[in-house]
Amino acid sequence: MVDPTLINALQAKAMGTVDAEIGPRPSDLTVRLSHIDDLLVAAEVLIKQYTMALATLVATDETAMPDGDFKVRYVFEPTTANAPDWFVTLLVSVDAACPEVPSLTTMIPAANWHEREMCDLFGIVPVGHPDPRPLVVHDGWPKGVFPLRKAFDGSQRVPVEPAEEFPHMVTEGEGVFEIPVGPIHAGIIEPGHFRFTSVGETVLLLDARLFYTHRGLEKRMEGISPLDAFCIAERICGVCSVAHGLGYCEALEQIAGVDIPYRARLIRGIALELERLYNHIGDVGNVCAGAAFHYGTATGARLKERLQQMNERIAGNRFLRGIIIPGGVRLDLTSHLLEFISSTLLQTLTDFDSLMDRIEANPSVVERFDDTGILQNQTAMDLAVAGVAARASGVNRDARRDHPHGAFANADSPQLNVMTASAGDAMARVMVRAQEVRESIRLVDEFIRRLKPGPIKIAIADPLPGDRIGISAIESPRGEAVHWLRTDANGRVDRYHLRSPSYHNWPAVALAAETAIVPDFPLVNKSFELCYSCTDR
Amino acid sequence: MLRILINALRTGVVTTRYPDEPSLPPENFRGQPIFSTGKNLPPPEVCPVDALSQHSATGVRQLDLARCVFCGRCAEDQWVGAVTMGRDFELAARRRSDLRIEIMTDDTRIPELQPALNPEADMDQVSSEIRRVLGRSLHLRHLDAGSCNACDWELTALLNPVYDIRRLGIDFVASPRHADGVVITGPITRNLETAVRRTIEAIPDPRIVIAVGACATGGIFGEGYANLGGVDQVHPVDVYIPGCPPRPEAIIYGIMVALGRLDARQLSNQG
Ligand code: SF4
Repeated sequence: MVDPTLINALQAKAMGTVDAEIGPRPSDLTVRLSHIDDLLVAAEVLIKQYTMALATLVATDETAMPDGDFKVRYVFEPTTANAPDWFVTLLVSVDAACPEVPSLTTMIPAANWHEREMCDLFGIVPVGHPDPRPLVVHDGWPKGVFPLRKAFDGSQRVPVEPAEEFPHMVTEGEGVFEIPVGPIHAGIIEPGHFRFTSVGETVLLLDARLFYTHRGLEKRMEGISPLDAFCIAERICGVCSVAHGLGYCEALEQIAGVDIPYRARLIRGIALELERLYNHIGDVGNVCAGAAFHYGTATGARLKERLQQMNERIAGNRFLRGIIIPGGVRLDLTSHLLEFISSTLLQTLTDFDSLMDRIEANPSVVERFDDTGILQNQTAMDLAVAGVAARASGVNRDARRDHPHGAFANADSPQLNVMTASAGDAMARVMVRAQEVRESIRLVDEFIRRLKPGPIKIAIADPLPGDRIGISAIESPRGEAVHWLRTDANGRVDRYHLRSPSYHNWPAVALAAETAIVPDFPLVNKSFELCYSCTDR
Repeated sequence: MLRILINALRTGVVTTRYPDEPSLPPENFRGQPIFSTGKNLPPPEVCPVDALSQHSATGVRQLDLARCVFCGRCAEDQWVGAVTMGRDFELAARRRSDLRIEIMTDDTRIPELQPALNPEADMDQVSSEIRRVLGRSLHLRHLDAGSCNACDWELTALLNPVYDIRRLGIDFVASPRHADGVVITGPITRNLETAVRRTIEAIPDPRIVIAVGACATGGIFGEGYANLGGVDQVHPVDVYIPGCPPRPEAIIYGIMVALGRLDARQLSNQG
């Protein structure tokens, strides 16, 4: 149940009224602040007194609704292990004629990109933001055009206007070099621009510019049936297809008010761990590439390939697309397939252990991984870093335990062992991944043992109930992803927002890279292994 | 070091023999949807990404494989039996129009295809020129123009020990100036348009342009504030490879078609 002391603590600090109500989920709290300036003190209470972190920030355009305003929701979540599963939303109304909110970034560094994105896409200005450069829209985007406002027609191209060069963050001085890299990189990787400022090999500053792959996904989903939009949510990111598909479905199912069958939850749980497995194993191989250990790279690629071939046998798609659907799962796991999964995982475990032995026994690899790209624990907390990157810096958080979903939402769910390390370097991230590989294999085995015959999906009526909100947090291979979905009066998608794990982790990569040398950047970057596509959307 | 050698020897050869030997995807695989004639067929609204359409005057249904994401929805629930997801994955085509397949039903007559005007005829000549200059080997530059990275991971997989595309004389190079062609994934986002154009221009002529996956072939997004809606919006495309994402062997097939080492199959809706 919702903690009443929190409401009292907020009321004590606020100047205006504080209206608290339960929601979006029965365990959550939404707090309306009548005074927009109360945002700072209220956020401070949540962060300092309740050690919460910013989970996501969602703006909505309600100018055509009775309130005639914009709304901004700042969603917070607990950060301590074994805290209850709840979200606290601070909700403010923003005047459409003068859309401004006080910036939280100085107090909550994790709010930085959220506020810049809100400014680009909604034209809601975070007053006092320390770095108000555009984020999502790039050079040549016309001033005063905001794609996520309802009046904007997303199906039209927007003319490119003449633009000045983007103000990269750089420093100057004797012997200081500026190294521009990207957006197109030498290799099969996603696009982003990195501007290094260096003295010799030492990185002084790294300014990462992303959102090259911004596809306007959230706008694309607006106005269509949430059941149709699922297909797009599943395609936000290739290697997080299960996690994002699941997160979207859980939000949608809350809105629909349906309970997913036991067996479907287990199959979803198995799919989620299989996704983590092929990612983690492939990532360990790729980190080896950063240290020029080709045996490791080739072995990682071979094991990943074997898992993806298994995915294709299970789901008909090598990225496990098409297994999860709103209401449950599309494909059942026959006993034949279950045997195949078990034997493949057994073999994978043996081969992976042998790969880890070779990595740990190789001093030239260990030497490169140790002390490279250090992310301090405090920095990880301040930036609300997610997933392996956070756990390798001693942050004990995992959405599978903190916000149970999929198979973890079953009453008889197995205990999850959250793997952490303290060093915060590339080695720690590799080791946490390796432990999580073994843990995922154990979990799949546990889930399989719990399977019993039963239905695998439940029908969801279209249109869905109108004016409802669903929220979910999923531990994807890269960390916690927060999905926020609202239907309009007709049960269509009014607003969908995804905060991907990489969204919070990118600024951390830049800071970790500043502890390294330029040639180590690929290694640092691969040890974090972030997605561009789910960040840029 | 010794252990590494022993492990490598123990692993043995894992490389596939595709395309010399055919590849049959697993039973659950969702390839080209196959429509049975004479059955009650799913209406266009069933498809979440507008790959199904119906001509308003003639009532003729069409499946656009360039838009299809092979989700299987049109083969579910009441459409089981009327539509099945085939196991065919070799779907690459030289022309966009080859991917639009008319769905034949017993009660609709198919208008004859007009053989006359073919604006893409001279494009074929360009392709044979490319084949003459480049021979059987191909060095490709990869270009992510806003994909979800699934197609890109499949391109990476082509270099793994299982597909090892280098055995076919094909490799990925770092600089566009070293490339004979480019494989492009993603819908061409607005934020990448300039970079995409410049990269293509940096590749010496004649060059091969291959569009990989549903976004690149014009599906899912289409034109909008953030996207141009497909590779052919910036440059003529030599080969379209449908799929979401296409499996590695489907990409190998497409590259072979681009090189003229394999002929694109005639796609039809009959299984
Ligand atoms: S399989 Fe293809 S045609 Fe059928 S519903 Fe899915 S995307 Fe549409």
